[in-house]
Order: sequence, then C-alpha cells, then structure tokens
Amino acid sequence: MGTLIMNATSQTAAGSRAAMTETTKANNPAGVANAVGDPRSAGTTMAIEDVTLRYGDANGALALDDVSLKVAKNEFCVIVGPSGCGKSSLLYLAAGLNDVTSGSIKVDGREVIEPGPDRGMVFQSYTLFPWLTVRANIEYGPKRKGLPAEQRRQIVDQYLNEVGLAPFADHYPAQLSGGMKQRVAIARALANDPAVLLMDEPFGALDSQTRGTMQKLLLRVWERQQKTVLFVTHDIDEALVLGDRVLVMTARPGKIKAEIKVDIPRPRSMDVILEPDFIALKRRILGLLHDEIDEDH
Amino acid sequence: MAQRRTAWTRLTTPFANIPASTATTLALAMWIVVIGGWALLSYGRVVPNMFLPTPGTVLQTTYRMSLDGSLFYHTLTSAKVVLLGFIVSSVIAVPLGLWMGTYRAVQAPLEPLVNFIRYLPVTSFVPLFILWIGIGIEQRIAVIFFGTFFQQLVMISDCARSVSRDLVNASYTLGTKRSEAVWHVIFPAALPAILDTLRVTMGWAWTYLVVAELVAASSGLGYISLKAMRGFQVDVIFMAIAAIGLLGLITDTAFRILRARVAPWAP
Repeated sequence: MGTLIMNATSQTAAGSRAAMTETTKANNPAGVANAVGDPRSAGTTMAIEDVTLRYGDANGALALDDVSLKVAKNEFCVIVGPSGCGKSSLLYLAAGLNDVTSGSIKVDGREVIEPGPDRGMVFQSYTLFPWLTVRANIEYGPKRKGLPAEQRRQIVDQYLNEVGLAPFADHYPAQLSGGMKQRVAIARALANDPAVLLMDEPFGALDSQTRGTMQKLLLRVWERQQKTVLFVTHDIDEALVLGDRVLVMTARPGKIKAEIKVDIPRPRSMDVILEPDFIALKRRILGLLHDEIDEDH
Repeated sequence: MAQRRTAWTRLTTPFANIPASTATTLALAMWIVVIGGWALLSYGRVVPNMFLPTPGTVLQTTYRMSLDGSLFYHTLTSAKVVLLGFIVSSVIAVPLGLWMGTYRAVQAPLEPLVNFIRYLPVTSFVPLFILWIGIGIEQRIAVIFFGTFFQQLVMISDCARSVSRDLVNASYTLGTKRSEAVWHVIFPAALPAILDTLRVTMGWAWTYLVVAELVAASSGLGYISLKAMRGFQVDVIFMAIAAIGLLGLITDTAFRILRARVAPWAP
C-alpha cells in the first residue's frame, strides 16, 4: 500500500528519504533499484509561496487561492485537478508569462518577474516555430543564448537522438505527426538546460497510444537528464506513471487539496497501471477529485 | 460498398480532388466559351463592331502597336506607376502594420484614423493630389499609394495579430526578449499571410491604374484607353484591358512563386 501524505507541507528531506527507501523495498520484491534515488534530498528548485491569482483586476474572479508548493531539485512533480481549476494558470505564473496577484514564485532563490530560459515550457498546443526545421527549432534557445555554432550543433544532435528524431532533423513541423511535434518541443525546451521544465498537459491532444509512448519517452529522458519537472495534467494515470509526487487541486478557486507521494519504484513500465499499489493511489485521487466535482454541482 | 467511385461522383463530391488533366481541360473550356462567345457576338454582328470589336481586329491592333513599340512603351509606363506606388506603400505598410498588430499602443491611435481614410474613394482625392503634387508621374503614384496603403496596413496588422499567443509565449520561455519578439517570432510567423496580403493588394493596385491615368497622363495603358474612347477605337480599349489583365496575372504568379520560395514551410 502506498504512503499517502495529506495536506502536507513538505517532510524533512531525511525523513522522506527513509520512508521512500522502506516502501521501495517492501513493494519491490524483485529488488529493482530505484534509478533516480530520492529527489528531495537535493534541495528546493522552485518555491511557490501563498500565490493568489485573480483574473482581470483586483475584483476579478479568484482563480488561485493561496497556493504554496515546493519542487525539489530533479523531482518530477505533477499537479492534477478538475478542468478549469487554474492548474495551467499556475504554470503560466511559474513561467513568468502572467503576473501573480499576490504571493511569490522563486526559482533557485530568484523571484520570477518575467519569462526566461531558466524555465523551459512545453505547451499543450503545438508551439514549434513552423518556419524553422526540427534542427533549427531545437537550436533556437542556444542561439538566443549566444552559444558558438559548434557547441550548438552538439547540443542539438544530443537532444535529437534523445527524442529519437535524428532522421527528421531537416523536416519542417508541418511534416511531423502530433507526437513528433511534442517530442521536438521537449527537446527544444531541454536544449536550453532549464532549471525547471514546465509541462502544461503536453500530451493532452494526442491519441492514447501515442500518449503512452510519449510518457515512456519522457520518463527515459528525465531519468537520464536529471531534470526538475513540474507537470500539469487532468489524467490520473499519467500523473501516477510519471510523478514522484502528485498534488491534487480543488475546483475553482484552485487550491492544493492533497499531496500524494508516489512510491512506485523506477524505472516504471507502462504496465504499472495494473498493479495494486497503483490502483490504490488512483482510487484515492479519484475520490479526492470526485469530491470536487460533487461540490461543484 | 466495394464499387469504386465513378468520375462523375468525384466531380460532384465537395472538396474532392480532380485529376490535373480534368482541371486543365475545364480551365481551357472556360476560355473557349468566353472567347467563343465574344467571337459569336462580334463576327455574327449581334453587337455592332463599333461597340464590340472582333478578336481578329484586337489581335491586329496588338500586332500593329507592338511593331511600332507603342504598346511596350505604354505598358512600361503603367507598370512603373503601379510598381512604384505598390512598393512605396508596401515598404511602409509592412513594418507599420506589424507594429500595429503587435502593440496596442500603436494600434490605438492609428486604427480609427486608418479605418476612416480607407473608406474614402480614391477618386475624390485626385483633384487634391493635382493641386498638391502637380500632374507628373508622382501624382499617379500617389493615387496607387493612396488606394493600397491603408488597406494593406489594416490587413497586415491583422496578420500580425493572428499569430498564436502561445508561439510568442514559447519563444519567451526559450530566451527571446520582449523587444526581439516582433522580429524573431511575429514577423516570420506572419510572413505567409503578409505575402498573401501583398499579392491581393497588388491586384487592387492594378485596378487603380486607370483612375490614376484618368487625368493629366500622357502615356500608359489607362491613358490610351481614354484616348481611344474619344476616337471610338474599341479595339485599342480591348487591347489595353487585356494587357492590364495579363500584367496582373504575371505579377500574381510572381508573388505565388516568391511565397513558395520564401516560405516553403507554409501550406
């Protein structure tokens, strides 16, 4: 049975590490090693503190109500919530694309006041630059940074291989499928080596088979690249397959309702969704979300 | 279910593709109908030749005026007026339109003014232009400019404004500065639409040609049409109209080729 931590302000790093090691052993008789270890031992990358967001002016509708959360270095943190709960808005705030009404967001201790390349983002809609080839899309960030051509080429080649699109380097986005476009978008964001990768339902527009493939690919890339990820989705399976920790949000105005630690060992396969631990966690989250939907009506 | 679609079904299915040969045949047939109808009406004296010349007469006139170089001379003058007016207009309208579509602070003061001016008939400004800039080629260029610029400005501003917000947002998260967004993102993203706008407004520029040459011109296709009207030379008017149409077709094709070259990625 998975460990559930309700309404938790983060546990101490040491305690959390111990708990995770315990459950990993207990749930994993085959003894598969946890590939990434406990991400929380490495310190906080992103800190969202008492963030409130109102749409429009100070009297506008309340979208986010006093949201606080921390994302640890190299952690894969997932936010799930009913549609319209403001989870995407939270990500746009973290990216610096919108302004908080009150509260603060810090990345590596620096306050977020505008967008920047230290917070890469993958959007739900396809946002590849259609006038650039796959290669030039991935190269865009390093080019803005002013890296020399040789170094740019190395970075691009590395990420092209990472997402398996080297044969498509000279294609234009219009020639790619939806899944391939999002793979390029992930590679493009990672090529900038961001402190945190923000992902706003990046696989939401894909068919379910492609979505599974993309989740597997993202896990593989994340395990190899050791990135900090804040991932937003409404798909509970996706949240549990990917995340170290799942934050459940309430319906509007959005609040963090519960924090659920996903101590399913890594590397995870897609079959994990059939295991009892997984199903127990899923049932728990479904219950939390159903409360939200019921309260709404 | 297994039965293949017949050619007729394909022809009558909405949005269905037809073979290239069929398309060419249909296009040719249309021209044959138009020119055939013209021939029938003129050779058959249904309409007196004083009003409707025969295709043969028009061809003869074209041949005659080509030989003495006058057709080339007038065509060149007209093309110069249209192209100069169009280029001057585009060179200002493209950057200004981009700005207008990008920055509310540019749009707010310009839009009401531009929307007022663009509904004013160009012809009503001809007397003013003559007073202000005389009767030289500048006056004709001014008419073309006035006819196209304000339309271009509004359309190009729309091209810029319809660039996806998330495309710009994505560029910010990749390190694009606010001041760079117009040049690095909005301009390239809007380029195919801008080229389409230029192609369409180029066509409009040609239609203003006769208005521009209405007064005080001494050469050009519009000018020879007007002169021919006074002398009842309908064949010359037909030739001039055909020449303007042909030039329009050539510039249109040039723009299509340019768009395919400059923006090969756009559908």
